[in-house]
Amino acid sequence: MKTKQNQYMNPYLAGFLLGLVLLAAIFITGRGLGASGAIKSAVITAVNTIAPYHAENSEFYRNYNASHPNHPLKSWLFFEVIGVLIGGFMSGLISGRLKFKVEHGPRIRSKVRLVMALIGGMLFGIGALFARGCTSGAALSGMAVLSLGGFITMMAIFGTGYALAFFFRRFWL
Amino acid sequence: MAPLAPDIIGNELNLMIALIIGIAFGFILEQAGFSSSRKLAGLFYGYDFVVLRVFFTAAITAASGIVLLSHFGLLNIDLIYINPTFLSSAIIGGIIMGAGFIIGGFCPGTSVCGAAIGKIDAMVFILGTFLGVFFFTEGYPLFKNLYTANNLGSPFVFDSLGISRGLFAFLLVTGAVGAFIATTVIENKVNKRKVEKPFLKNYRYSILTAITILIGFILIFLPDQKTKALAVVADKNWVIEDQTIQTITIDELALRLTERDRKIQLIDVRSTNDFNADNIPTAINIPLDSLANVEWRDLLTQSNKDNIFYCKGQLMSSKAAVLSRLLGDNPVNYVLEGGLQDFNHNIMDIQETELSGSNQELDTYRFRKNVREKLLILKKEAKKEPVIRKKPKKVQGGC
Repeated sequence: MKTKQNQYMNPYLAGFLLGLVLLAAIFITGRGLGASGAIKSAVITAVNTIAPYHAENSEFYRNYNASHPNHPLKSWLFFEVIGVLIGGFMSGLISGRLKFKVEHGPRIRSKVRLVMALIGGMLFGIGALFARGCTSGAALSGMAVLSLGGFITMMAIFGTGYALAFFFRRFWL
Repeated sequence: MAPLAPDIIGNELNLMIALIIGIAFGFILEQAGFSSSRKLAGLFYGYDFVVLRVFFTAAITAASGIVLLSHFGLLNIDLIYINPTFLSSAIIGGIIMGAGFIIGGFCPGTSVCGAAIGKIDAMVFILGTFLGVFFFTEGYPLFKNLYTANNLGSPFVFDSLGISRGLFAFLLVTGAVGAFIATTVIENKVNKRKVEKPFLKNYRYSILTAITILIGFILIFLPDQKTKALAVVADKNWVIEDQTIQTITIDELALRLTERDRKIQLIDVRSTNDFNADNIPTAINIPLDSLANVEWRDLLTQSNKDNIFYCKGQLMSSKAAVLSRLLGDNPVNYVLEGGLQDFNHNIMDIQETELSGSNQELDTYRFRKNVREKLLILKKEAKKEPVIRKKPKKVQGGC
């Protein structure tokens, strides 16, 4: 017998609820959701702490620190992403999905998957800084407020994904 | 009017709200299956379109909500964060992220979710993101030109397309629903089985589809408060027939000014050049063209002030009064009867006349002579300081 555990929520219901959360974020705080910004805060904190002299002399950190008088980790997105971690864990706990594992396609080994994840993450980090936001901050939130940039970034992300899918099919199918 | 931050809720509380919103965000992402890279990658191979469904449903829900809230004046879209568009870097960043998505199987938000339930590949993805961000921040001098090129400001997509917000929202909703139907067909073909009933044969989905498209259609007719207000005053006849305009006579204004009534807030809606050439003492200048701008709302929404608009005659000031009311400023606005023209003619430039006529005329004449002297003193006193505009605090956003 199939148990209801492990099953995912209806995607339209999930999307509707996610839309309401996004709307609440915009209504209450005037800004949408995000993710990569928190990692940026963490990187800047690390550089400020480990190499303060370097941070003072490099343009990006200097600009960031000048425009963000608070501690970089005292940022909205950092707190939000801590929340995502908690929320994701709670959901996994309720639905019985908590488990250490490497998820990979049937034709590759875990090691290959981890290398791919590392490369993918690096690309996402670079791309998100260029586009001033990732799938959440630029594409989803940008689309919700109907900003031109949000739509352009969204189309560029998914367009490229489709264009490259053929070449990476070995890793997923 | 929302957004509530930073004026109504402070910074500390805002961070708590960030945490709570994050928890809801993470919970829903995980429940939707976004913690699984294979599920995410399915989007690109046609075996699982869950990402598209969740993503577009969320986008149309939030976008429609914003249209509704701003139509009813509950949310001021001039104050929310609109992602800036730097054309080159938006496209290049998107392309790099697209490659990252198909190679890494996650995006930053979903990788946090995956890591939360123990996916080691998600943890490694986050590590990669750290390195990627670090690579960018270190190499920034190299990327700077590209990063800041083609700055288009923060345009709305519907403005770029030359259509209204509501119409675009409708097209977006229809497009999303079309994509839901099409992807169900593709999914069933790719998986070589019927995962679900064809979209439109599932009667629950059919009803939801109809309701969604109907709501989308209604959005076309729901302009935001500012657009709505501007459209109303663009129609001259409507303004003149508006019964809600209250007027104040030049004598009453003159008297209150000389009594230094602090309740008065006198607004000259002519151009800045006209204002500088001549104005009524204590007036501030808000040209009619800029009255709808967000920076004036705080000034014009003070319940302890009577906003009195004037222009040369009475047309522009009447427009201004109606516009201000529609924009949600003080519910009662006054317009100076006869405008600056009458005010100058009958008070400031009052002619010496022979003392003849009825008692009433004589009283008026003496009164006006009298206030004129006081107004001239006020005029001298009036410091030529510009009005201090409270800069509207626009929210910082983006990643």
